[in-house]
Amino acid sequence: MWRPPSGAFRAAARALLLLAVPLGAAAQLAPGDAFPPLPAAVAGTAGKVVLVDFWASWCAPCKASFPAYGRLDHDFRAAGLVIVGVGVDEDPVAYESFVKRWAPGFFVYRDADHSLVRRVRIPTMPTSYLIDRRGRVRYVHPGYRGAETEAALRREIETLLTEKAS
Amino acid sequence: MPTPSFRRVLLLSAVLAAPAAFSGCSTTSAVRVQPWERGELADATMDPNRDPLGTAMIEHVYTSREAAQGGTGVGGAGCGCN
Repeated sequence: MWRPPSGAFRAAARALLLLAVPLGAAAQLAPGDAFPPLPAAVAGTAGKVVLVDFWASWCAPCKASFPAYGRLDHDFRAAGLVIVGVGVDEDPVAYESFVKRWAPGFFVYRDADHSLVRRVRIPTMPTSYLIDRRGRVRYVHPGYRGAETEAALRREIETLLTEKAS
Repeated sequence: MPTPSFRRVLLLSAVLAAPAAFSGCSTTSAVRVQPWERGELADATMDPNRDPLGTAMIEHVYTSREAAQGGTGVGGAGCGCN
């Protein structure tokens, strides 16, 4: 005769079902997390406020964001801001063509094997991360919405630049 | 009729298979195409609309005639940006 499963068995089954959805999910970087180390080619970020922007040549809002990052670089570089544009293009030709066309004044490089973007797990394209002088993520900006994003970044950069490294 | 122990094994199998089955429902699942992997999807050839201007005109006429905005999605291909 069939008997219903025991209480312990039911509890274990419930726990496994609850685990089903988050299984396989990896955490995205959030404010307060340490930003993964940037490649050695990206020099001069120690003790600086760093804005890391993930972009791609095929992403229309990324194109729109480049002039804004150029303005932020121009306005805040002397005060201690470093902007790093991380291209995630799989096609090196498309990447080079984009960089040549837009000629950004800030540092850009291609995350060719996606090692950085996989660790950061950006929620959308583009996404920018503001990192304080101690290397902690302070603000995450998913997407680019023109003047609204630029104004928000400007405010946050100004706040972070007033903070000391130690 | 299945024995109680067989039923228990069946139930246990179903419970163990559930995480594998339902993890696909997660928006952060490993099988999801990640935002940085959508270069191919963003290509213009992935947009089924071969005549954007013509489509825009047809939709304009449709909106005027029906006094309703059609649920025809958004512009562009499959970048999913912003």
